[in-house]
Amino acid sequence: MSGGAPPGPEKRILVFSTNSISDPGIDLAGSAHLHYSTNVQVIPLPCSSGVRPSWVAHALEKGFDGVFIAACGGDCAYLSDCTDRTGRVIRQTQDLLKARGLNPKRLKMSGLCSVCADNFVNHMANFRKELAKLDPS
Amino acid sequence: MAAHRRIGVFVCHCGGNISDHVDVKSVADAVASEPGVVVSKTHTFTCSDAAQQEMIADIRNEKLDGLVIASCSPKLHLFTFRGMAERAGINPYQYVHVNLREQCSWAHTDDPGGATRKGAALVRAGIAKAALSRSLHALRVKTAPCVLVIGAGISGLRAALALADLGLEVHLAEQADEPGGAVRRWGPLAPDGQSGREVVGGLLARVRAHPRVTLHTATGLVAKSGSIGDFHLTLRSAGGAETALHAGAIVVATGFDSYEPKPGEFGRGLEGVVTLPEFRDGADLQGGTLTFRNRTVKSVAFIYCVGSRQSESETCPSPNAWCSRFCCTAATHLAAQIAAQEARGGAAVTQVHLYRDIRTYGHNERVYEEARRGGALFLRYGDGTPPTVERADPGLLVKVKDELTGDAEIEIPADLVVLVTGMVPRSNPGLMDVLKLPVSKDGFLGEIHIKLRPVETVIDGVFIAGAAQSPKSMAESVGSALAAVAKAGALLKKGYVDLEPLIARVDADRCLWCDECLKACPYGAIEKVPCGGKEIAQVVASQCKGEGACVPVCPHGALDIEGYTDAQITAMIDAGIRGEAVR
Repeated sequence: MSGGAPPGPEKRILVFSTNSISDPGIDLAGSAHLHYSTNVQVIPLPCSSGVRPSWVAHALEKGFDGVFIAACGGDCAYLSDCTDRTGRVIRQTQDLLKARGLNPKRLKMSGLCSVCADNFVNHMANFRKELAKLDPS
Repeated sequence: MAAHRRIGVFVCHCGGNISDHVDVKSVADAVASEPGVVVSKTHTFTCSDAAQQEMIADIRNEKLDGLVIASCSPKLHLFTFRGMAERAGINPYQYVHVNLREQCSWAHTDDPGGATRKGAALVRAGIAKAALSRSLHALRVKTAPCVLVIGAGISGLRAALALADLGLEVHLAEQADEPGGAVRRWGPLAPDGQSGREVVGGLLARVRAHPRVTLHTATGLVAKSGSIGDFHLTLRSAGGAETALHAGAIVVATGFDSYEPKPGEFGRGLEGVVTLPEFRDGADLQGGTLTFRNRTVKSVAFIYCVGSRQSESETCPSPNAWCSRFCCTAATHLAAQIAAQEARGGAAVTQVHLYRDIRTYGHNERVYEEARRGGALFLRYGDGTPPTVERADPGLLVKVKDELTGDAEIEIPADLVVLVTGMVPRSNPGLMDVLKLPVSKDGFLGEIHIKLRPVETVIDGVFIAGAAQSPKSMAESVGSALAAVAKAGALLKKGYVDLEPLIARVDADRCLWCDECLKACPYGAIEKVPCGGKEIAQVVASQCKGEGACVPVCPHGALDIEGYTDAQITAMIDAGIRGEAVR
């Protein structure tokens, strides 16, 4: 097989999804054969309110260009205020990224529902463009 | 760190669903040298019986203590492979599912090289997670064969009877002095004409006679501890008498409130402007002539959608956006009864119905038909041009723009104006606080999934029924009550419940008890315990839902969710980013 390094503008994106809300949405993108970059990898978690800020910093320091949190949003089955809680995690993470000399724009969050397949693909395309702007070649 | 582990990796072709786009052999070869991996193979269909038998043989022969299967989405086969792991003698929580189909091959049919590289990265991350997996055991709780039903309206009464008929002990607690809820006062109802009084009366007689149902009136739930299958509850009567219960499940059927129009809304406050429940209580539809509170009514105007389907405005900052479902049928059924009264020889009544849309869905369409045939006049008003009601001499004057005649201004003199008021959520802050039950943004009780899990709540073992959840007709309320009975009955007749062990755990060395996790936990799953000369947080296993809200708030990093620990996620990130090309 061809292998080799991906072309220049490819950006490596780590996505934190949530088992019962956004991960099925990402599954649906695949089921519909909607294409997005193979440099997008997903780690599913129970709920977006449980993301440790240090995971985001660690991912960026290890070489991911961006981290996308596909949040439960208003559909969260655990927490009626999941969006507020995830918002607090995002602010906490942005502070940590600044403290570690990382650009907080490398973190992005959006609520993603269990049928939001197109949304996910659009988010990945847009985030990739935004990340490309951060690293002019 | 993982060198001591013995991990088996199995990559699925899924026929060609995966292997057409991901070189599965390359992936299996690429990860074979990962630390801890002792077996790395591919199967045409990992979910097939034959493949499962081979994997079970590998697990046993190679004495595996970690298992990674890269196949379809975990939504399909996570439990299949957990079950297989268990049959092979390996702990099911040492199994890691990698989503190689929906999140790799199917999403990257345009890039087989990239898909194969990504597939290897995903499997490496799965191996990293499996290498740090622990043996976990479900917490088995013996269930108490008893249910508390809160609310003795139509839903609660029906649920109580059905649960008792299943052989369960039932306590039915009603806040009001009289059981029967809203329906007990109602007269003839659509579509069959049976009265609410009869329906409730019949149910109530059976409830009172049932040896396994205890009815508590003027009584509320004041304390709850424990969890699914094993709740310890305290009921308190208005007189202060307390009853302790040990129940396995709770059905919440607290009903609705009727919308109360604000002063001035559609003439509310004027003599003769009444709500739907007031009209039902005060009107005589059985006698010779239509009367309301003993006064003859010769003309009546009904205004529909009062308190329902509202839009946000200055005067209505938090609108009731919903349709209340029952009111079109209720009002058209009243129209049919008034027409029937006239047909039986009563005095003539002019009835005008001002509506936005008529939603007499299903069989109730016949009721609407009957009302129109009986002479009731229906005029449609626009969403932005509601009718107005003012005092006239004598009686009232209703003005409306009739949308279907080019917004012609029509003036309708009326003895009585009936505001067809909808359902609003019953505010019950005390009970919600005791149950820790989330209330939706609109104020009704929320289910887990509106279509697929309509009577379950985020509190395991607590089910919802009837109009407490959303506006419902009686038939719909009873349907949801019996759904709640099926769920509660299935839970309690089994005798035990196994709780998912993927929940929070506390690192006793790191924890310094600062109460941040306690404040973050909405489920009361954190308690303070002494530990080696200090105080630390402890997770109440039966209460924890494992969503992880406590994890990022801990300033000491002392909290982890099993299966998603800091060490595991960090190792997955490290493994996922390693980009060496697949051989």
